[in-house]
Amino acid sequence: MSPPSKLPVLADPPRADPSGEWSRRRFLQAGAATAALAAAAGCKPEAVVEELRRRNFKELTGADLKDLLARLEKKYSAEYGKAVTVGAAGPMPGVNFGYGLDLSRCIGCRRCVYACVKENNQSRKHPQIQWIRVLQMEKEHGVDLAHATPYYDPELVPEPGHFYMPTQCQQCRHPPCTKVCPVKATWKEPDGIVVIDYDWCIGCRCCTAACPYGARKFNWAEPELPAAEMNPVTHYLGNRPRPKGVVEKCTFCIQRSRAGRYPACVEICPVGARKFGNLLDPKSEIREVMDRKRVFVFKQELATEPQFYYFYAT
Amino acid sequence: MRSRIPLVALAFLAALGLAGPPPSAASEPARPGPQVPAHSAATADAPAGPLDIQAEPPPFTEGIFPCSQCHDRAVDAKPKQLAFHDEIQASLHHGPPSRWCLDCHDNSKRDFLHLINGELVPFTESYRVCGQCHGDKYRDWRVGVHGKRIGMWNGAKTYFLCVNCHNPHNPRFKALKPLPPPVPPQDQGFNGAPPPSTQEKAP
Repeated sequence: MSPPSKLPVLADPPRADPSGEWSRRRFLQAGAATAALAAAAGCKPEAVVEELRRRNFKELTGADLKDLLARLEKKYSAEYGKAVTVGAAGPMPGVNFGYGLDLSRCIGCRRCVYACVKENNQSRKHPQIQWIRVLQMEKEHGVDLAHATPYYDPELVPEPGHFYMPTQCQQCRHPPCTKVCPVKATWKEPDGIVVIDYDWCIGCRCCTAACPYGARKFNWAEPELPAAEMNPVTHYLGNRPRPKGVVEKCTFCIQRSRAGRYPACVEICPVGARKFGNLLDPKSEIREVMDRKRVFVFKQELATEPQFYYFYAT
Repeated sequence: MRSRIPLVALAFLAALGLAGPPPSAASEPARPGPQVPAHSAATADAPAGPLDIQAEPPPFTEGIFPCSQCHDRAVDAKPKQLAFHDEIQASLHHGPPSRWCLDCHDNSKRDFLHLINGELVPFTESYRVCGQCHGDKYRDWRVGVHGKRIGMWNGAKTYFLCVNCHNPHNPRFKALKPLPPPVPPQDQGFNGAPPPSTQEKAP
């Protein structure tokens, strides 16, 4: 059997200084054609050139990264009429995030869904993008997707005979989604969060198909994000505004969790069903859950090894 | 003459025996009877971590606290139908039917609750009263597994009292109206039909 061939899109490992070969940078150094193209499209040529000649986020350092963030902040601030910050805080050393969801508590009220939409600047109606999906299941059948619906809409929840299982990105240790990305626009960070670079995503949706949890959402149309509701505290790999044609998903609220805060869904939950913390800290809440409660992971048989755990506190 | 020496010695020993505990103990208020707990003693029971902050004050009905503004003295402690607090009496549904006010509220010091052993507990530490029966939940709550916390996963957290989420007189968590369900993809206008939002915006 021949060794697996690699797609010639991004060299692996990335070259520090691509030279000689046909590269993005080399191509753009010619410049003129691109500038003319940009002028024809009515954009500032230098901005477009800057945009196109930049390198993969993981290769960016120091001044390049600062320039990129400053450019984005300027762009978003003008677009939404408020001071938008775009952070790029890296993973904290000695931290590996874990998430716990107490199925014996969740009542299916969907407060988490809408807190997430608001915090993470998801498209509101068309397309409607929601990173959290709450499944209503039947107690009689247990955790069984053949007897589950996200479209329940009774007057009051919980409904008798039912329980609720919210799903979102499970931040797998072996993520099938990052493996299939042909351009390495999505990867797993050292603190466990699977992230997407929206500037690098080509919208092929291979990852959406590869995810066994339906966690990845595609912007089929220009996202609808009212300026008044836009959350101006953003992270490059998280909740900054997305363009049409890219994939997005839960990042454990990377802009919050890397600043030491709980994700928005944890804080909104009226029944306290959501737990979050550092798996490497034996005193953290998530470790208490794992040490003492009945814990399972969703679709364990797929060996994706999620960092998102469901548990029963009672 | 000979008998006086042992008497003095006895008296001295007796005095030593009474003052057995260190002198500081003697300055504390008398031990027997209900007593207001020292703050430090109580916080030892609060959720782990010195940085924890209590989220909200106990959810008193407007103008109801301090209780001592009406209840100025201890009354006959036998359970009976009261001529006041109708709302609470009507909704009281917590444990056996014999449950009544003075099981948790203190009779003589009305601005406090009490434990079964008679120790007084301020309303801000009502979790100690709850924990007497609900020990498993109390244990989980103290380590952050039961109940909700907000703030920093690696630092200062705000915790909620049992009574911030559960009405102590009727503790079962009440059903909520769910927020709207997601719109199915076929209704979002991607299959030819224009989406509702563009129809509205059309000039």
